[in-house]
Amino acid sequence: MRLHEYQAKQRFARYQIPTPAGHVVTSPQDAYAVAAALAQPVVLKAQVLTGRGGRGSGVKAAFNAAEAQNHAAEMLGMKIKGVIVRKLLIEPVIKSVASIYLGITCDRNVSRLAIMASNAPIADIEASAHLQPSTIIREYIHPFSGLHNYQVRNLANGLNLPREHWDDFTRIAQRLYRCGIESDATLAEIDPLALTPDGRLLALSSRLVIDDNALARQPELRAMHDSDAELRALAQARAAEISYIKLSGQIGCIVNGAGLAMTTMDMITTYGDGTVGPANFLDIGGGAQADKVTAGLHIILADPDVKVILLNIFGGTTRGDEVARGILQALDEIRGEGPLVIRLMGTHAEEGRTLLESACPNDLHVVTTLNEATQLAIAIALGTL
Amino acid sequence: MGILLDGHDLVLVQGITGREGSFHTLQMIEYGTQVVGGVTPGKGGEWVHGLPVFDTVAAAIEVTGANTSLVCVNAAHATDAIYEAINAGIKLIVCITEGIPVLDMIKLREHLRLTGSRLIGPNSPGLLTPGRAKIGIIPGYIAMPGSVGVVSRSGTLTYEIVYALTYEAIGQTTCVGIGGDPIVGTNFVEVLSMFEDDPQTEQVVLIGEIGGRAEIDAAAFIQAEMTKPVTAFIAGRSAPEGQRMGHAGAIIAGREGSAAEKIEALRAAGVRIAENPEAIPGLLAGDRPNRRV
Repeated sequence: MRLHEYQAKQRFARYQIPTPAGHVVTSPQDAYAVAAALAQPVVLKAQVLTGRGGRGSGVKAAFNAAEAQNHAAEMLGMKIKGVIVRKLLIEPVIKSVASIYLGITCDRNVSRLAIMASNAPIADIEASAHLQPSTIIREYIHPFSGLHNYQVRNLANGLNLPREHWDDFTRIAQRLYRCGIESDATLAEIDPLALTPDGRLLALSSRLVIDDNALARQPELRAMHDSDAELRALAQARAAEISYIKLSGQIGCIVNGAGLAMTTMDMITTYGDGTVGPANFLDIGGGAQADKVTAGLHIILADPDVKVILLNIFGGTTRGDEVARGILQALDEIRGEGPLVIRLMGTHAEEGRTLLESACPNDLHVVTTLNEATQLAIAIALGTL
Repeated sequence: MGILLDGHDLVLVQGITGREGSFHTLQMIEYGTQVVGGVTPGKGGEWVHGLPVFDTVAAAIEVTGANTSLVCVNAAHATDAIYEAINAGIKLIVCITEGIPVLDMIKLREHLRLTGSRLIGPNSPGLLTPGRAKIGIIPGYIAMPGSVGVVSRSGTLTYEIVYALTYEAIGQTTCVGIGGDPIVGTNFVEVLSMFEDDPQTEQVVLIGEIGGRAEIDAAAFIQAEMTKPVTAFIAGRSAPEGQRMGHAGAIIAGREGSAAEKIEALRAAGVRIAENPEAIPGLLAGDRPNRRV
């Protein structure tokens, strides 16, 4: 779960990591008031959660309060990657004589947290963790003994940071580490950490990504999640505990299990040959529960790009006839327009398929193999059936 | 006879009194696994499917002689259950729980390294040696005994592929689900090494996906150490970058972890790559080469 930058900075402030004096506004009038009170040039940052790379498009500088108000009027209500901007973070523009990247993330390949620093901005630290470019200096953190000060000094030394800042830098790195650990962050980053002309280190921009698996024990962070700032379908999927990613094709997929869902998507992409593709990735989990099929159908039926739905279920220990009854129940509850291809496999799958065929209207196609299912869905999407 | 399960496995189910735990215990017993008891703190003295329930793993071991454990406990209590099993001396632990926080797994990995217990998972469907025993939730009917070792990061995709093999009368030695999380107890390389050493296993099917370097490490190991042929399928060729695809571990980070990169590495190591799951039996059943050409 990503936090907004202003939320990350609030969290940082609690750990006494120095940040600029920022305010969040939701109206141009407030933007004016904040900029006027700061009485210096400001930067306005749109607060949206649009996956990676949300930065850039939503950042503007203003020299005075009037300009800040104009920018705010423009930015509030605009869409960044489909999400409406509802909040702006306004901060004073900070002059800096040096910019440092400082981040902590999990390097899955060595099962350790890594703390990384660089004199150049890093676009994607999770990737850099193992690409190991020479411009990035890194130290691995032992899970039992934690981050040692000498490791931070190694980073400072590698950055050629003047020695008079080492103590300050060490304090900030240790606080970032503690903040990350205590927040169950999979990524805690300051980019950049600015060295100001008067010799202070200040976290100008920050990012905190919280481990979704840890949200149950981080109720405070969980409550900070802003579902207004992400796509509606994503918020719905999150609430139903299913995994959904919007893609650009026409075939809506509902699959049980992540690997099988990716495989279904891959096969549609391959056979679709550039003309049709998957409209989404949707994993209802390894079981085949009816309520999750229903939730999946709700999300996909709301997608105007979808021309045909492909439901691919491999029932593990759940009997096929039970799965079929669940699907029928779901369809009963929400029977949208449009064709549906159902592929059902697993124990007693034949009984399940018979049940589906006998109970179902004619725009529903029941098939056995993965190949049949994808080819049929593609043919329907192309209108060649 | 397959790997990991050796026929002397006396299995405990941690979380046996839960709905899932109870259901899969019965499935395992019916498949022939020697389940000897269960553990649910606070429910010691009860019975499930005729098996005794204990409050602690240590007590369960003392009475039943168990040496293997299935952890079927919700995410909030799963790491605690795994530590309890390790520290009571269980040597093989299978964890099917999904949703263990990554910081917990980092510590657990280190603890495992120091103690020498083996963990399969978390977020794993478990292990199955056809015709002998299974630990976990892999459905028994999809498999048959034979000479193909199967190792996978997935659940239902594994069932799909094992079922496809069985349908073509190609049996398996052992099917191992290593789990879909970014940090797991046992990786591809360790399982490949066991298959290489297992006299019954003649060839291996590896089912990978996007995210991390486990398949790249596997490719290096296959190239350097393996004499048995390997066929692989990698899911997520069309996955967008930077998005978590269902499994916590299935994410392409920047240039790292893409399917293309993995396929390329595996191919270079002499591995046959299947375009889709249903193509795997065909790649195996034809000529069975001794090694890459």
